[in-house]
Amino acid sequence: MSAHKSQYIERYNTAERLNHWVTAITFILLILSGFSLFHPALFWLTNLFGGGPWTRILHPFIGVVMFGSFASLALRFWHHNILSKNDIQWLKQIPDVIQNFEDRLPEVDRYNAGQKLLFWTMIATIPTLFITGIIIWQPWFTPWFPRNVDRFAVLLHALCAFIMSTGIIVHVYAAIWVKGTMRAMVRGTVERAWVKKHHPGWYKRLEQGRDH
Amino acid sequence: MALQSLDIWRRSATTTEPPQQRVAMEVAKLIDVTKCIGCKACQSACQEWNDLREEVGINVGSYQNPHDLTANSWTLMRFAETEANGHFEWLIRKDGCMHCADPGCLKACPSPGAIIQYKNGIVDFAEENCIGCGYCIKGCPFNVPRLSEKDSKVYKCTLCSDRVAVGLEPACIKACPTQALVFGSKEDMKDHAAGRIAELKERGFDNAGLYDPQGVGGTHVMYVLHHADQPELYSDLPKDPHISPMVALWKGVTKPLALLAMAGAVLGGFFHYIGIGPNEVEEEEEVS
Repeated sequence: MSAHKSQYIERYNTAERLNHWVTAITFILLILSGFSLFHPALFWLTNLFGGGPWTRILHPFIGVVMFGSFASLALRFWHHNILSKNDIQWLKQIPDVIQNFEDRLPEVDRYNAGQKLLFWTMIATIPTLFITGIIIWQPWFTPWFPRNVDRFAVLLHALCAFIMSTGIIVHVYAAIWVKGTMRAMVRGTVERAWVKKHHPGWYKRLEQGRDH
Repeated sequence: MALQSLDIWRRSATTTEPPQQRVAMEVAKLIDVTKCIGCKACQSACQEWNDLREEVGINVGSYQNPHDLTANSWTLMRFAETEANGHFEWLIRKDGCMHCADPGCLKACPSPGAIIQYKNGIVDFAEENCIGCGYCIKGCPFNVPRLSEKDSKVYKCTLCSDRVAVGLEPACIKACPTQALVFGSKEDMKDHAAGRIAELKERGFDNAGLYDPQGVGGTHVMYVLHHADQPELYSDLPKDPHISPMVALWKGVTKPLALLAMAGAVLGGFFHYIGIGPNEVEEEEEVS
C-alpha cells in the first residue's frame, strides 16, 4: 500500500449495502407480519398492515422479495464464510469472546466464526422458509399439496422463523456491542484501527495489497 | 353478554377465558345412517336456510352431488359401495362438520374470535373475523372447512346456530323425511342412539354402534353406524380421529417457549451490555 494511509477502509460497497438493507427492511416487515400470526399476544401487529386479511395477503409477497434479495446477498458473501481451523478454536473460546478478551482469540479474517455461523443459519432457514411458505400460501398453492405436507410445512415455517429471528437478534446486538461496526453497513467504511483489532487477518491481507 | 343459548365457551387465538359462569346444555345432532335413504332433503334445506346455492356440476356416475363439500355445500350425502362384509352394501353418510368438543380448527386459527365454540358445543366460524389463512383446514381431522374462491373466507356447517339459539332444530333435521336425523341434548341423543343400536343388533348387525370419537373429546354430531367397527367403509370416516400431532406441536407449548427464548435473547444482550459492556477500539490503537 502507499505510504499515505487513510483513516478509513472500505468494507462494503454501495451495491452490497443496498442489498443488505433491502433484505433487512423486508426481514423486519416479515417479522412483524409473521409474528402477528405466530401467537395471539402479537395479533395486534396486523394493524400495522391494515388488518388480518391484508397481513395474510402481503406477507408472502414480501417473503418472495426477501428471498430474492437474500439470494443475491448470499452469492456476494458466501466465499468469505467458509469455516477455518481458527474458527473452531474461536468458537471454543466463546467465554473470551463474550468478555471482550479479544487478544486471546485466534486471528480473525474478514468474518469471525460467529458471523460465519449466522450466515449459514440464514442459508439453512431462509430457503426453507421460502419453500414452506409457498406450500402454505393461500389460496393458490396450498390446495396442490397433501394435508400432512401442509401441516409439516406450517410447523417447519414457524420453527425456522424462530431460529432465524433469534439469529438476527444476535446479529443486531453484535453490531451494537462491537463499536464502529454499524458504519460498515451504513457508510460502507470502517476505521483502520477497528480492522486491526477485530479482523487482523483481513488487515494483513490488505497491507499486502491483496484484495479483500 | 349475547344470547344465553350462544354463550361462548372457547374462542380462537384467545389466551384468557370467555365468561364461564353460566352453564348450558350440550346439544347434538344424531345421524342414523341405517335410516337414511339418500334423498338429499337435508342438503337442500341447508342451502335454503343458509342462502347458499351450489353451482350446477357434472354427473360422473354417482349419486353424490356435488362431488365434495364446498364453501356453498356445508353438508353432503356421500355414497359408498362396498362388498367388505361379504355382500354388496350401499352406505350413505351425511358428511359435514362434526362439532368436536376439542376442535382442531379452533386450535389452529390465529385470528381472535374467527372460530368460536358455544357452551352448547356448536363450533361456529365468524367469517367477518376470518383472515383467509387456511390454518383451520390444517387443524381439522375430518377435512371439513372450505376456503371460498369468492372471498377467501372459510365456511362450514354452523349446526344452524342461529336456529338453535331461538329454540329451533337445525334446518337439515326439519327436512329429513325418515327421521334419520334427530336433534336434542347430547345425553338424549346418546340414549336415542342406544335404543337404535339395540334394534340393529337384533336385526343381525352385531357391530352396530355409536360414532362419538373420543380422540377429539367426542363430537356434537354423532352417527349410528351398522358397522361401527369399520367407519372407514362410510366414505373414509376416520376410525380414530384426533388433532394431528404436527398441529398440536405447532400450536402447543412451542410458541410461548419460542417467544420466551427470543425475549431472553434480547434481554441477554441488554444485560451483557450493562454487565460487560461494549467492545471498543482503544485510544492508542487508533493512533498507530
